[in-house]
Amino acid sequence: AVLKDGLRSQVSAALKEGQVTPTELCQRCLALIKSTKFLNAYITVAEETALKQAEESEERYKRGQPLGILDGIPVAVKDNFNTAGIETTCASNMLKGYISPYNATVVQKLLDQGAVLLGKTNLDEFAMGSGSTDGVFGPVRNPWSYSKQHKEKSAPKSHSEDEESNWVITGGSSGGSAAAVSSFTCFAALGSDTGGSTRNPAAHCGVVGLKPTYGLISRHGLIPLVNSMDVPGILTRCVDDAAVLLGSLAGHDPKDSTTIQDDFKPFELPNLTDVSKLSIGIPKEYHAPGLSSEILALWSKAADLFKNAGAKVVEVSLPHTHYSIVCYHVLCTAEVASNMARFDGLEYGHRSDKKDSTESMYAATRREGFNDVVRGRILSGNYFLLKQNYEKYFVKAQKVRRLIANDFAKVFRSGVDILLTPTTLSDAVPYTEFIREDNRTRSAQDDILTQAANMAGLPAINVPTALSESGLPIGLQFIGRSFQEKQLLTVAKWFEKQVQFPMIQLEEVKRHDSGVLQHQKSASFS
Amino acid sequence: QKVSVEVLDHLEHLALVDFRDSEGVERLQKAIQFADQLHEVNTDAVEPMDSVLEDRCLYLREDDVTEGNCTKDLLENAREKVEEYFVAPPGNIPLPKLEERDTFLQG
Repeated sequence: AVLKDGLRSQVSAALKEGQVTPTELCQRCLALIKSTKFLNAYITVAEETALKQAEESEERYKRGQPLGILDGIPVAVKDNFNTAGIETTCASNMLKGYISPYNATVVQKLLDQGAVLLGKTNLDEFAMGSGSTDGVFGPVRNPWSYSKQHKEKSAPKSHSEDEESNWVITGGSSGGSAAAVSSFTCFAALGSDTGGSTRNPAAHCGVVGLKPTYGLISRHGLIPLVNSMDVPGILTRCVDDAAVLLGSLAGHDPKDSTTIQDDFKPFELPNLTDVSKLSIGIPKEYHAPGLSSEILALWSKAADLFKNAGAKVVEVSLPHTHYSIVCYHVLCTAEVASNMARFDGLEYGHRSDKKDSTESMYAATRREGFNDVVRGRILSGNYFLLKQNYEKYFVKAQKVRRLIANDFAKVFRSGVDILLTPTTLSDAVPYTEFIREDNRTRSAQDDILTQAANMAGLPAINVPTALSESGLPIGLQFIGRSFQEKQLLTVAKWFEKQVQFPMIQLEEVKRHDSGVLQHQKSASFS
Repeated sequence: QKVSVEVLDHLEHLALVDFRDSEGVERLQKAIQFADQLHEVNTDAVEPMDSVLEDRCLYLREDDVTEGNCTKDLLENAREKVEEYFVAPPGNIPLPKLEERDTFLQG
């Protein structure tokens, strides 16, 4: 039962009172990771070090001196964050065998507060993708594929055939982290978010996915994709837990000069009861082509929910929404072309055996180390950065970026506090269907609702809302003003309470969790 | 408007990755087509945006040595090294020209 509890409200208290020990928690999570191995959520499980961390935590609790709420709490980290002494691969051949010599700042912060690092989670290679299907360790399976809720709604086939071939994707690129949290193997996980990579899998896996404001959380140690848009993402099972994680991670880092220097004060979320002073904006352009009628209906219902509770709900316009995905495509590939240049085989990572010349060694190393997706983006990026194309594409995209950011600024200036939008166009699709289109097409389709927030650097959060007709999670997204995470999370928490998203019913979890937690949280919102 | 072989070759040189096959080249063509939509947007008198934090001063620290002495750690991950040096094959040798290279673009 403890594995399903909220951090602040229950687990922390349980640890303090000795109802459960950090070692027990750790062992249970490790056992669950083993029994859910078919999900392929983890690339590396750091069993020894995790147990050691758990033991140290236990000592602290015995002395009555826990470091804080996160002391003894099992967490997982996406495999594009550096973790000292633990392999960091970015799901790429380029970094297979690379043992980080240092911890990313966010990892260090978690460890400093006593969190127990269970392992590194799976992703699309170098975080490029929206399915967590394109890494060298194979695709991640959405735990909801094996949920009672989904199986009940699936077309009757032979039981095992169904599971083996028809599982659905997690979304991406932080799919491993989302699956890890969703399947109870950890209480929280770090992801990264450049175009929606935390919010997208959060929506598909029925967990909370927070993209903080750009500049709030340090990127030091996060292997960069797009320096001007990347942020570490937070995945948890409830909004309160996301606030706890945010509190422990946010703040200026001298090692990342793009973190703002303002003082950050961790906060507890109030229990909002009166929403009458809130103004919720509904951007009409987010009624994007391909948006499923199910999600459209849910979005509408959510707007009504706010209206009926007394909030002001207004339709707003973000006119350049249609171009944000194109803009992102150019800026992303351009920055990727630059960021991937560091992988040459000399200092770390894969190195080809070719010895004729430095250039031929670099070329062969990169040939061997990168997959099609990565190589494709590097080449596209280099094209847009060619002298003859620089103004036409790169600078042009930077100008369009300003227009997109201005769209948001204008709407927030007009009195709107929070924007409410869908997170994804549909619920999670089966893997066999997803791979029919190539990565770039898929990303262009799936990122449409999430990546404008990265363009403008705004905070955004996915809140699991209801189950689809297939029994799979659907989430809705809230976008807030820069650095106004407290307001954003407060509203998200209120919404989470209203919708009462159901808990996943996984056969595997029942078997391993001795506590019997069986009260059915029905999906009152669908 | 197809990208010429010269430009493709140039890109392979700049990027030091290969297109590998016709799919790779097609991917670039589609990417360019997709990006061309940008030209529909009127950006007259709009300044390019480098960073969403453009209104702030980034943190600059004092130019003092605060850490280092991690040679051993840094060399750990390199495949080829000699004493405290990374070892590279001979430099200043450009990649062979298109005609002489073993590349898909030859075809």
